Amino acid sequence: MASKAVYSHRDPMLKKRDDFEDILEERRNSSDLRYALKCYTPVVYKGISPCKADALTNMVLQSSHLHYVISQVSKETGRAVDDVQDEASAILEEMAQRLQLSTIRFFAFTLSKVFKTLFRSICVNEEGIQRLQQAIQEHPVVLLPSHRSYMDFLLMSYLLYTYDLALPVIAAGMDFMGMKFVGEMLRMSGAFFIRRSFGGDKLYWAVFSEYVKTMLKNGYAPVEFFLEGTRSRTSKSLTPKLGLLNIVMDPFFKGEVFDMSLVPVSISYERILEESLYAREMLGVPKPKESTSGLFKARKVLSQNYGSIHVYFGQPVSLRSLAEGRVNRSQFSLVPRHIPKRPSEEIQNFVNDSAYMLVRAQEENMVLKPWVLLASLLLQNHHQSQAPGQKPGMALDELTERVVWLRDLSRQFTVVPEIQETLYLRGDVGPKESRSADTTPEEELLSRAVIVLSCASYRNQALHVFLRPALLALAIHAAASTKKREVFYSFSFLRNMFSNEFILVPGATVQDFEEACYLLVKTGALQITQQEVLVTERGHRTIVFLTSMLDPFLQGYQVVCRFLCEEATEELTEKQFIPSIRRFIIKHLLAGRLRYTEVLSSDLQKNALAALLRLGAVQKLKGVDQGTLKVNTVMVNSLEDTLGGKLPTQKVVVARL
Amino acid sequence: MQEIMKWNGWGYSDSRFFFNKKGQAEFTGKRYSVIGLIIPALKDWFESTFGASLQHKTPATPILNSSAVHPPTLNETFVEELKSTGIPFSHDAEDRVFRAHGHCLHEIFALREGKFGRVPDMVIWPNCHNDVVKVVELASKHNVCLIPYGGGTSVSSALECPPEETRSIVSLDTSQMNHILWIDEKNLTAHVEAGIVGQDLERLLNESGYCTGHEPDSMEFSSLGGWVATRASGMKKNIYGNIEDLVVHIKMVTPRGVIEKSCQGPRMSTGPDIHHFIMGSEGTLGVVTEVTMKIRPMPEYQKYGSVVFPNFEQGVACLREVARQRCAPASIRLMDNEQFKFGHALKPQVSSIFTSFLDGLKKFYITKFKGFDPNRLCVATLLFEGDRERVLQHEKQVYDIAAKFGGLAAGEDNGQRGYMLTFVIAYLRDLGMDYYVIGESFETSVPWDRVLDICQNVKERIVRECKDKGVQFPPLSTCRVTQTYDAGACVYFYFAFNYRGLSDPVHVYEQVEHAAREEILANGGSLSHHHGVGKLRKEWMRETVSSVGLGMLKSVKDFVDPNNIFGNRNLL
Repeated sequence: MASKAVYSHRDPMLKKRDDFEDILEERRNSSDLRYALKCYTPVVYKGISPCKADALTNMVLQSSHLHYVISQVSKETGRAVDDVQDEASAILEEMAQRLQLSTIRFFAFTLSKVFKTLFRSICVNEEGIQRLQQAIQEHPVVLLPSHRSYMDFLLMSYLLYTYDLALPVIAAGMDFMGMKFVGEMLRMSGAFFIRRSFGGDKLYWAVFSEYVKTMLKNGYAPVEFFLEGTRSRTSKSLTPKLGLLNIVMDPFFKGEVFDMSLVPVSISYERILEESLYAREMLGVPKPKESTSGLFKARKVLSQNYGSIHVYFGQPVSLRSLAEGRVNRSQFSLVPRHIPKRPSEEIQNFVNDSAYMLVRAQEENMVLKPWVLLASLLLQNHHQSQAPGQKPGMALDELTERVVWLRDLSRQFTVVPEIQETLYLRGDVGPKESRSADTTPEEELLSRAVIVLSCASYRNQALHVFLRPALLALAIHAAASTKKREVFYSFSFLRNMFSNEFILVPGATVQDFEEACYLLVKTGALQITQQEVLVTERGHRTIVFLTSMLDPFLQGYQVVCRFLCEEATEELTEKQFIPSIRRFIIKHLLAGRLRYTEVLSSDLQKNALAALLRLGAVQKLKGVDQGTLKVNTVMVNSLEDTLGGKLPTQKVVVARL
Repeated sequence: MQEIMKWNGWGYSDSRFFFNKKGQAEFTGKRYSVIGLIIPALKDWFESTFGASLQHKTPATPILNSSAVHPPTLNETFVEELKSTGIPFSHDAEDRVFRAHGHCLHEIFALREGKFGRVPDMVIWPNCHNDVVKVVELASKHNVCLIPYGGGTSVSSALECPPEETRSIVSLDTSQMNHILWIDEKNLTAHVEAGIVGQDLERLLNESGYCTGHEPDSMEFSSLGGWVATRASGMKKNIYGNIEDLVVHIKMVTPRGVIEKSCQGPRMSTGPDIHHFIMGSEGTLGVVTEVTMKIRPMPEYQKYGSVVFPNFEQGVACLREVARQRCAPASIRLMDNEQFKFGHALKPQVSSIFTSFLDGLKKFYITKFKGFDPNRLCVATLLFEGDRERVLQHEKQVYDIAAKFGGLAAGEDNGQRGYMLTFVIAYLRDLGMDYYVIGESFETSVPWDRVLDICQNVKERIVRECKDKGVQFPPLSTCRVTQTYDAGACVYFYFAFNYRGLSDPVHVYEQVEHAAREEILANGGSLSHHHGVGKLRKEWMRETVSSVGLGMLKSVKDFVDPNNIFGNRNLL
């Protein structure tokens, strides 16, 4: 693998941020075995000695909450209380973690070996570790790492072990349980398993929530889960899931704990282990079921270099401060606290806003590798060169110049910019052209798409930095005039349209608009007067770059709309949606009617559908035709036209939003 | 009373704590059984708890400076007509200042600095119900603001004169209406004038072999009328009930006339009980003049007791169980660890080597043999009353329950001293104020399942707020459970801190107390169990009783007192 420094400046602004420390360095210089057997004495919550896992399950089974739900279920179903009780015990057994230090030590040893082979360095902000250590002693702690890889939670536990911090218990999806041996190993390293869906199962919900709350309240261990719910296949943050956050916040609302620290953790990979798997998955090659043998087959990854990992432990957020003035906790005074109650709208909004805030904190603390900027540029160049009469490729000098330009731009957009200095060029990914004779055009398209999607996943890592200005750039482009009001309508429409795609805090349209205006004025790309938004001479380059960044998404959403108008039959179900639209898009791509291969991403297609469902342009039928999609053709059509800039936004905004 | 009381602190002028030349704490006067005793451990406790030092003194202004008091605004025609009734009155500055405050921290702090805000313009001492009727009529006629004054022990800013009041303010002091008018032994009731002070009422009834059993901590100074007006609660309510359980009949003079029931039936179904408009009205509707109260034969036997628990959680669980079994003694109180230590620091000098040896042995037994952590253990104090045999039986029952929660009987002395502390603790605040330490107590009531959480959260909130507000030393933040009910408990918080380095300590104090009250409400606690609302907690009334509830109370006020003659502006 060729590595070459393209540029390296020291920017004084970088000093603002915590310094990173490479923990692998020490691993390379001292015994892994001694490290795995080191004396491990973490500080705990207010000096409470952790109880045994068994004691914990007993506490859960004897809780008044569970008693209440068990008797309720027994009354509703006519089953004997004992019977329901047994079911609860069984659920708990299936779920419970069995954290064992010996297993952690085993992982400490093996992971040291694996990490050293796979990664050049694992860098951690030690100040963040110190803040966390402080937080653990004072209040129950919830760890909220970003989720890009299976690696994430082993890595987290590994780091906490390394720094002598309390080992977390981790909410993991049930799919791991399928891997027999590994599932048990993970369980013994602190994972507890939850079913992916248990919608109406009251008993399951009760056992699960009580289990989590018990561990949290007693300061048994920090609770760790992924706000995004699942691994992001695209490297951009997923809109947060609220279930677990609701559960962990509950003890605070009900006065059972004084406060709680929510700690966002950003894990940035230079290269994700599952990289090409994700791309294939989004193109319709189903993801292999998690199995132990699959894991062993996957060991060929060991022969590759995955660069470095940066883990940033964010500032612990005090839930108490967050809820100050937003949640009236006395609303829980009138019903016994162990009786489950649907959270009030006030609480729901608060939890939702907090979740977005925390995901944004994760995003902001991500470390941007230079490759990410490079990928953004290469991808744009790739698309432009698709156009007829263009020569493919770009001269290295030109690329360097553009990367430096982009780096400076992104530094102006983020509060604490962190862009790694040294760029390692990589040999194995990138829009390479390879043509062999015996592939069909479709196969060729798909294999090219794998590369484009991988590349896009790098660009996506930088999206949050450019998102708001890019939406504004797009809005300026789409707005009927330069009137500020029109631009805002357009912005608001786009923002609403894309709010399943990107992390956009609900209800914060005005703030986002102002932020975008501020940033683009700051960089000199825009001039904003009382009434008008004008692009400056030198701002043109920025605006073009920004619009091109979102262009694939814009086209993707348009094509989804067109598909629904043209092809959606009466019987189209949600299940068939992805395969059908994929066929539709392949057809159009091959015919050269679509510019962006990226629109083949099932992630984008699903998000677009979710947005249309949210807007009411498509409805999911209930009852006999369950899952059938009913398309409001007129509305979808007008949304498509608005996205394409054929219709003024104002009309749609007023009509629908 | 006024002659033997402090004008700028708690209680009797001859009773006070001070540090003697050797730096040991002493208590003066002959009124309390800790009298004149040396309290050797207090200094160390005081210095280590607050980071205070005997070198840094903040003495109070010793003499009331009459010239600093605003001259009275008199309503001449009112005064003229009042003279003709022969009811005594005064506009002497000292009399007026004395009745311008209760015992909130900010009130006492200002007095110690010799600062006076708005004070009543004159004081009237009616002698009987009819005098009050005349005064209220005259006040209504001449539009004079009346503020009833009983014992002056309010801790809710209820006695503060509203600064915005432009009318002449008259303090209506009920202290001369202090007679027991009759005792009915057949029905076990006594008809008493409302100005009588708690300890006099008990003493006089005791002479006839009776008692009311109503013993609020302020009973030395607080009056019957005050109890009714604030919905007071007594320490021994488990046997005798709170004021609302004790009252059979109330007579109150309002601007609309006299309100009272026509008979003395023990219970009535005649619409909402009008007594409940009167009880807790905090002087906003009229003056309570006479009350018929239940009385009981004096108890044959009294016994104190105490139990040590390994931790507060166990203690609360025990109290909950006692309440569940409805076998609470006359009084049962649970102090947390900080208060246990405080109580310990107040032990008087021991008289013999033998006693000190015995104390050492007890300590050894509890901490070493039983394995109690001295930094976690807590103590409950008990008071049993009744006939001897039943008391002993009752005592056994309670100790048996306590044992199930790891409780160890810790002797009568500890219990008795615990209750004595109740009366002297208010004097201790004055001692603290001599050395940069300010503090106060406040209370709430809360369902059983919330007791532990509220105690922990409120204490922690106090500590955190102090830190945030720039208090340089860790505060004393402690609590005790003082009453048990079927459905919950009354919790008392004590909070004090060393204010050296703060420019406006009272403001900081008020901010922290405010935050603590917010925390109480957020944790399902009530606005007040028995201190009342006054002006201090008014802002939370709407959320406490709902808008409709507040409207109901307002409409009663509007009907009874349309011209706001009783203009202390409490409650609403």
